Amino acid sequence: MSDIEQIPVTVTVNGKKVQRFVEPRTLLIHFLREELNLTGPHIGCETSHCGACTVEMDGMSVKSCTLFAAQANGADLTTIEGMANPDGTLSALQEGFRQMHGLQCGYCTPGMITRAHTLLKENPNPTEEEIRMGIAGNLCRCTGYQNIVKAIQYAADQLNQTEITEAAE
Amino acid sequence: MIPGEFTYHRPSSVAEAVAILASHGDEARPLSGGHSLIPMMKLRMAAPEHLVDLGGIADLKGISENAGTITIGCMTTQHELIGSDLLADKLPIIRETSLLIADPQIRYLGTLGGNVANGDPGNDMPGLMQCLNATYVLTGPDGDRDVAARDFYEAAYFTALAPEEILTAVKIPVPPAGHGYAYEKLKRKVGDYATAAAAVVLTMNGGTVASCSIALTNVADTPLYAADASTILSGSTLDDATVKDAVAAAEAITDPASDGRGPAEYRTKMAGIMMQRALARASERAGA
Repeated sequence: MSDIEQIPVTVTVNGKKVQRFVEPRTLLIHFLREELNLTGPHIGCETSHCGACTVEMDGMSVKSCTLFAAQANGADLTTIEGMANPDGTLSALQEGFRQMHGLQCGYCTPGMITRAHTLLKENPNPTEEEIRMGIAGNLCRCTGYQNIVKAIQYAADQLNQTEITEAAE
Repeated sequence: MIPGEFTYHRPSSVAEAVAILASHGDEARPLSGGHSLIPMMKLRMAAPEHLVDLGGIADLKGISENAGTITIGCMTTQHELIGSDLLADKLPIIRETSLLIADPQIRYLGTLGGNVANGDPGNDMPGLMQCLNATYVLTGPDGDRDVAARDFYEAAYFTALAPEEILTAVKIPVPPAGHGYAYEKLKRKVGDYATAAAAVVLTMNGGTVASCSIALTNVADTPLYAADASTILSGSTLDDATVKDAVAAAEAITDPASDGRGPAEYRTKMAGIMMQRALARASERAGA
């Protein structure tokens, strides 16, 4: 057994505050998947290349395989499990991936949607090039990205439409 | 891939962090963005027994200007460099270079201090800092000392930084308004390290180069300040013959590895090409 002391990590995940005691070397992806049973963020490459483990931390997209859970102490995290609308219906991005066929095997999808979520918060009306550069840290080996880009454009259009409608009301 | 065991420290001041490093010597490492160190720890190429997370020290973040010098705290992320209006105005080459580093997720966490202190010849900021003649502030138990970026790098992963020191800030002299600049990076794909890259900052007076500074990335064990090439171009009109001489002088100081990014001879020639492209773009951008 390790003589290294376990340390407390407290985070808010998808709006819920949780605390666990973990070894300092616990990576955030393992904390989410194994301690919290949030298996939406995937382990792909484990070398910070593929982006399948992407989650949102305090408004930033981060690769949770290259971050110790301890570094996230006190942070506000959102995973794919927190992406749906509060009433359980699909968010604009999720709906976009469905409508535009933005996935085949689906392995990269949680990371893609979580990344795109942050991208659209920072840039609600991205050009195609901005979308492509914005998801440059997420690899998909099935789709060739074409439909992923369309899915994100679909979501941007939907979200902007909703804002226009709300502003008019 | 799970790193080896370590004791985690999260100091809230630089003094506290330095004290922890000093008491553990070689067995401790500071952690900034973690995007170089954590992958190395997973591979057991680094196995610090004590990890000193600098993320809780608010003083280490921020960008400010005072008397012609811009000071950037070591924990300032590439994302923050990209978003800085001050840098966009005074040192736009930093934004241009930051956007060529890794990918968005990594830029949210990767820091300037980590990028320059790690001593990885593949990193882009060390060469840029040599081009800009930046100074690194190293803070240890006896206080601060300044080391020029051009004197900091000794070999791959070997630098002037002592185990009990932290590279706390980078000081950059603001180039004159109207200076031309370019960072040209050849890479196999988005997010890759450079096959070869070149940073150029110059000022023009009429059609003549008034001052010029050039540095190269990832074509030797360390970043390379191309002093001779810079001198050859100063006073020239960037005519073909002089540029050719300067490129030859820059190529002569390279000593790249032959690896997945290409054979050494190719990478040397690409360093020359990147330098020519950077010169062309910098002179187009320069005000007369």
